[in-house]
Amino acid sequence: MGQTLFDKIWDAHVVSSNEGFPDILYIDTHFIHEVTSPQAFDGLRTRGLPVFRPKQTVATADHNVPTIDQHLPIKEELSRYQVDMLTKNCKEFGIELYGLGHPFQGIVHVIGPELGITRPGGTYVCGDSHTSTHGAFGAIAFGIGTSQVEQVMATQCLLQSRPKRMKIEVNGKLHKGVGAKDIILYIISQISAAGGTGYAVEYAGDTIRSLSMEGRMTICNMSIEMGARCGLIAPDETTIEYVKGREFAPKGEEWDKAVAYWKTLYSDADAQFDEVLSFRAEDIEPMITYGTNPGMGIGVTQHVPETASFEAKEQGSYKKALEYMGLHDDEQLLGKPIDYVFIGSCTNSRIEDLRQVAEFVKGKHKADNVTVWVVPGSKQVQEQAIREGLDKIFNEAGFPLREPGCSACLGMNEDKIPAGKYCVSTSNRNFEGRQGPNSRTFLASPLTAAASAITGKVTDIRTFLKEEELVS
Amino acid sequence: MATKIFKHIQTSVVPLPIENIDTDQIIPARFLKATTRDGFGNNLFRDWRFDENDNPKEEFVLNNPNFSGKILVAGKNFGCGSSREHAAWAIADYGFDAVVSSFFADIFKGNALNNGLLPVQVSEDFLKKIFDAVYADHTAAVEIDLVDQFIKIVATGEQETFEVNPYKKACMTNGYDDIDYILSKKELIEEFEGK
Ligand code: SF4
Repeated sequence: MGQTLFDKIWDAHVVSSNEGFPDILYIDTHFIHEVTSPQAFDGLRTRGLPVFRPKQTVATADHNVPTIDQHLPIKEELSRYQVDMLTKNCKEFGIELYGLGHPFQGIVHVIGPELGITRPGGTYVCGDSHTSTHGAFGAIAFGIGTSQVEQVMATQCLLQSRPKRMKIEVNGKLHKGVGAKDIILYIISQISAAGGTGYAVEYAGDTIRSLSMEGRMTICNMSIEMGARCGLIAPDETTIEYVKGREFAPKGEEWDKAVAYWKTLYSDADAQFDEVLSFRAEDIEPMITYGTNPGMGIGVTQHVPETASFEAKEQGSYKKALEYMGLHDDEQLLGKPIDYVFIGSCTNSRIEDLRQVAEFVKGKHKADNVTVWVVPGSKQVQEQAIREGLDKIFNEAGFPLREPGCSACLGMNEDKIPAGKYCVSTSNRNFEGRQGPNSRTFLASPLTAAASAITGKVTDIRTFLKEEELVS
Repeated sequence: MATKIFKHIQTSVVPLPIENIDTDQIIPARFLKATTRDGFGNNLFRDWRFDENDNPKEEFVLNNPNFSGKILVAGKNFGCGSSREHAAWAIADYGFDAVVSSFFADIFKGNALNNGLLPVQVSEDFLKKIFDAVYADHTAAVEIDLVDQFIKIVATGEQETFEVNPYKKACMTNGYDDIDYILSKKELIEEFEGK
């Protein structure tokens, strides 16, 4: 019987498999950052262990860093301490660090791919749940807790039980103004924030195939928002083209060998999945979330569901969410005034996202009631944007381009949405307080966010898009 | 390195009948700046437990003196969202030994098990029975036995078995540690790398 893509990669990384035990899985690259690593380094010290394979460990500072004046010392004391601690730990344990000021610094899930570290067929982990992003290359990649960070540092391996396999197919032609972010928000809204729990999800179908690598990363990134262990997409020419020539991509003969192997990475026609779901691209509208988990999403023209439409035992949680969001049953979000727009995070802060937003906002200006932050995913994205003159377009539109980091995605630095304020955000989580205590998040695509910034209210991007000048 | 041992507990419980409790609620990001594992219990459920001026919100269950115990009982899909292990540390540091829910997010479950905090997955039905029991009598005791893998409402004797990975069970009941286990296979790792 044929094998799934996931199983091919998993089997190629099993160091030891024993009945009744989780497999010992070899990890090709371990990404670390300042927030979930200090306790792991401490653990190594207590055990008197080195980092087993420091050359396969890559560090960056992203979660906690300011997004203006990065050349100055970090003002916030605890943040500074945490970032300094990472520098010190990396030095002590011999790990390459792309810290503040380094040309490769950025959000861990943006820099791995852009440096050619993330490749088809590999295994990647990081103490961050959106590690699923790297699966877009046809790799196994998932988030781990700090005890496991310590485990991988100590052994370059992870104890893991093989998850079940799910295939999610999307076929058909997307409507204008609908993109990768809308696809994944739509899928999660259909299967819920827990619908993928226990599964490795392979995304397939011609709609997925037609996406750029950036779009595929957006999709895989949010796999965790349906609870999935990881998400992946079989590599193809788009993948190979993207990896080619990048800083750490294989070169010469190594490259040819790698490509030959990558071409074997797909689910065989007769491979068995534990679950298969199919969606039609034509059913997908520009999406927006209205609640406090990413499964609470609707098409931008639809109305918020009525409490009575939920089972009795779910109604309490639902009411709590609507109350937090300051919304009521059957409310339409379209036209609702907003206060902030955040374009950034490992979901949508790549150069393609910024280009798309710039193309749309060129010659337009944000509404007076809205504050806009554009936060590039990495130093390289920032510099590329400046080289292309996007910063000027952004500035003229009232969308200042900041410096790279996680920023308002999780509000660990100063970039917080104030209490009670509404933010249309291109990030991945709308949990209570995620963007700052009592902040209210509407998750959406970069285009929907940009259009909403221009009008000052939740907007259907399609009202802007005349048939002939469509960006999709 | 030995870890905390868990075999059996019997205590009153703290009910939190909310679904999809994410790790941002369990411990908000702004409290993740610490570089040690201690003290997170003070900020467990911070924004549900305290107002903007750090005054306890009376209506939240952890501020209700009627409810206490070493078992937290919560609605389905507990621990979804961010992989932060700080969530498991905060729950354990506050004084809980087990969390009961009808469904757990994967990463949280793994993190809890790595910290001697037992996640016990029960049926929707049984979860409701526990909530009913504790709302009828806030001192209602629940017994959890990891060795025989059952959970019981003491007063009524109603019980259910639960699943746990056999390897993880051995770790928790004996205080074994993953890293020691993997390092015992070091030659296999090196052999794999040589391939
Ligand atoms: S941008 Fe947000 S989701 Fe992505 S790694 Fe940073 S904090 Fe996590």
